[in-house]
Amino acid sequence: MSDTPADVIGFYASQLGVDEAAAESVLASALGRGGSFAELYFEHKRSGSLSFEDQQVKSTQASLSQGVGIRVVEGDAIGYAYTEDLSPDAMRRAAETAAQIAHGGAETEAVDLTAASYPADRYAIASPSTSTPLADKVELLRRADQAARAWHPSIARVDASMVDEEKRVLIVRSDGRMVADYQPLLRFNVSCLSELDGERRNARWGGGGRMGMPYFDEHSPESLAEEAARQAVLQQEAREAPAGTFPVVLAAGDSGILLHEAVGHGLEADFNRKGTSNYSNRIGQSVASELVTVIDDATLDRSRGSVNVDDEGEPAGRNLLIEDGQLAAYMQDRISSDHFSVAPSGNGRRQSFRHAPMPRMTNTYMTAGEDDPQDLIRRVDYGIFCQAFSGGQVNITNGDFVFSVTEGYLIENGQITAPIRDVNLIGNGPDVLSKVTGVGHDLEMSDGRWTCGKSGQSVPVGVGIPTVLVSGITVGGTQMRPGGGMSA
Amino acid sequence: METSILTTEPLEIAARILERAEAAGADQADAIAVSSTNASTTVRLQKLEKVSESTSRSVGLRVILGGRQATVSTSEVSDAALDEAVQTAMELARISEPDPYAGLADPTTQARSTPPLSLFDEQIPEVDGDHRLSQAMSCEQSALDADGRIVNSGGATFSTSVGNFALVDSNGFAGTYADTSASMWVEVMAEEADGQMRNAGWSTSERALHRLDDAAEVGREAAARALRQLGAAKASTCEVPVVWEPRMAAGLAGIVSGAASGEALYRRATFLAEREEQEIASPLLTIVDDGTLSGRLGSRPFDGEGVVTRRNALIESGVFRGFLFDSYNARRLDAVSTGSAWRSVGGLPQIGSGNLSIEPGQIAPEQIVADVEDGLYLTTLMGFGVNYTTGDFSRGAAGIWIRNGELAEPVQEINVSGNLLEMFQRIDAVGSDAQWFGASSAPTLRMSRMTVSGA
Repeated sequence: MSDTPADVIGFYASQLGVDEAAAESVLASALGRGGSFAELYFEHKRSGSLSFEDQQVKSTQASLSQGVGIRVVEGDAIGYAYTEDLSPDAMRRAAETAAQIAHGGAETEAVDLTAASYPADRYAIASPSTSTPLADKVELLRRADQAARAWHPSIARVDASMVDEEKRVLIVRSDGRMVADYQPLLRFNVSCLSELDGERRNARWGGGGRMGMPYFDEHSPESLAEEAARQAVLQQEAREAPAGTFPVVLAAGDSGILLHEAVGHGLEADFNRKGTSNYSNRIGQSVASELVTVIDDATLDRSRGSVNVDDEGEPAGRNLLIEDGQLAAYMQDRISSDHFSVAPSGNGRRQSFRHAPMPRMTNTYMTAGEDDPQDLIRRVDYGIFCQAFSGGQVNITNGDFVFSVTEGYLIENGQITAPIRDVNLIGNGPDVLSKVTGVGHDLEMSDGRWTCGKSGQSVPVGVGIPTVLVSGITVGGTQMRPGGGMSA
Repeated sequence: METSILTTEPLEIAARILERAEAAGADQADAIAVSSTNASTTVRLQKLEKVSESTSRSVGLRVILGGRQATVSTSEVSDAALDEAVQTAMELARISEPDPYAGLADPTTQARSTPPLSLFDEQIPEVDGDHRLSQAMSCEQSALDADGRIVNSGGATFSTSVGNFALVDSNGFAGTYADTSASMWVEVMAEEADGQMRNAGWSTSERALHRLDDAAEVGREAAARALRQLGAAKASTCEVPVVWEPRMAAGLAGIVSGAASGEALYRRATFLAEREEQEIASPLLTIVDDGTLSGRLGSRPFDGEGVVTRRNALIESGVFRGFLFDSYNARRLDAVSTGSAWRSVGGLPQIGSGNLSIEPGQIAPEQIVADVEDGLYLTTLMGFGVNYTTGDFSRGAAGIWIRNGELAEPVQEINVSGNLLEMFQRIDAVGSDAQWFGASSAPTLRMSRMTVSGA
């Protein structure tokens, strides 16, 4: 069973010597020179990984990482320090270091902590994968390996791995709030190499989420492996992608990476508080086609980006970002929500206790529209259909964003035809979203495979989207061709 | 509760866990321990935004038992935690499968002494918060003062780091070294008449304080880069010569080193497979990996397995000279370790480069641009569009259009693409202006033709 919040609080007190009195004492040191707010983020993380190659277990790994990150806030400025050593002396020293940001020297009242709860556990699990016998996990990897090799005779190599973690976090704040959470995370990966007449092509696939072994009841290792193998073999017949600006149809699911880059980062409140995002000062304005509604939702069941509470101790939220093309709200952390005088949105996240929190996405998706997905393809004379991706990036100030397509096809005369080689697409956020001319009724969330990086911090996220038609995005292929077009 | 033994001696921690692994019956084992003190100060619009300072340490262990290997790591270094980590490692190793190539580095390849590489600057541990603050402030100030159109800032950060690395193995190797680094980074926004913003960042990073670029110079460079992008628009789709500014060319060297990984070769996931000693690039191109350069960020006396670091030519006058290896992949492919193992506390050694340099040529960078009638001067690349298996390259870009040999208007929201093997062959000019960016150095390069996708 996963831990309840009370279990986590009890774990810190009994196993690590961090009880309410100890936490209150560290908070007192943190506020020793004044400061408007202080917070302690305790983290205890056990993680493991198994990798399988050449049809055998290649390596096994386990790690334990624990510590506390201490933040003292003075206005918009913060002092931050952490320590892996949870002894009272070490924590007091770290608190004093973080306290250097404050110079008020004001008397601060002693903090009286009260344990808070949250509405529902979005990822309670009956059997954490971290307590599953390793032999059972090895069997899953072996099944994936065999399935990929059986898929096609050209599959020359299969590399499979499984990574899982269980994180116990305890967040203690100077406003008296104390909140705990148990956060499981599982990921299964398969990489396949197809070798045919000396030509090599590879592909990766995987999935997971905040769940235990029941993940594999719905996603068999065979199905994940066959998907990686299928993509690798498909690449053997891929042609050069075209160069230029063309209509693009994005398949439901992983194409949500476009939203993550085109609007997601630009709507994180720290950039908007500073006025450095191309969406700054645009609340209430039209930033997309009226077909576009975008939500960031940390409350999805067991999704990779979900949290019960954010890493500042605020309850998880479901936040409407863009409604019918109009910019509705930014994603907030504590400092930004104070700045904008709005409620925190539950988007304060961090990589670990070694990092200060900032506004981050959780699971970001576009709501379903009314179009028949097949119809969106039929509307394109010449363009690109995008199915699978390796990643993306955005410049939040000028709005340019890219995403790399690893499974794509040409659309010719309303039909999907030949697969194309890996290609990068580039667009500008508000421009591309204004060119959304069709939204399917088939919203799909990605399987849990995405990790988002910002300012050197990685956090797990989810993305989702229905099938979407964009009338023009620049496609970075090598095949020169006169401009494409779209029929009425 | 067990009280941790806090120590600043990674060598002592590594030895403590290794001793336990040997006592527990590991056939072979190695342990690494790292500690570091990192401090940074960030200002934005001339106000203090963030101060952070922490000391961190952790230890990692690899055990090999009948050819079966496992790794564990922990940030808790009490005796009880180390005992538990060793026990976990032994249990994990038992469920692994025997790998005939698993093992430690050949002792004859390991470092016997620590050569003087000037990795440690005595000044850096003495740097205090006031110094970090004043450097960050003057860096940002000079960017803000550069021009009235610099209207906003993403902030300036000055940071310092002092690290200690120790490695011990059951063959008797014990090595340790300390290093330092300092870096400064700034990002500013320029605004044009219609309210659109263009941003740019610039940075400097060195092992020694006195080698950092001047704070004001870093600020001015960021400002100049933001200003010259004002008014940037999409270019038309075409095939033209592309001039890579030194910072972009340095990234190209990183791609070559990734493709030259002996692990990628074993996995057959590199376009350089089966191309050793072949002419894969223009004779103008030479790329060298060297972990022994004095005072450089990619230098170290021995690698993550204790093997002596060295100079490895990757491409010499267009000829691919060979792959980088750790000892595991070297054994798998009947090669020798090139001293290229990197080791973090969690996990097995991974192959990586030391300092990467594209050797400068004879031509002044201005001449490289002057010889282009119509083309792209590349200053920004975005995204992850490099397929190491096929060599297909397709990435987002921004830069300045070259017209009649002169830098003309800025461009953005374009893609540049090609196949790396073709791109290397098409290098037709290498500049005399090599510059260092952290652990890589490169001059201006020109490719005679790439596909630019735009409007």
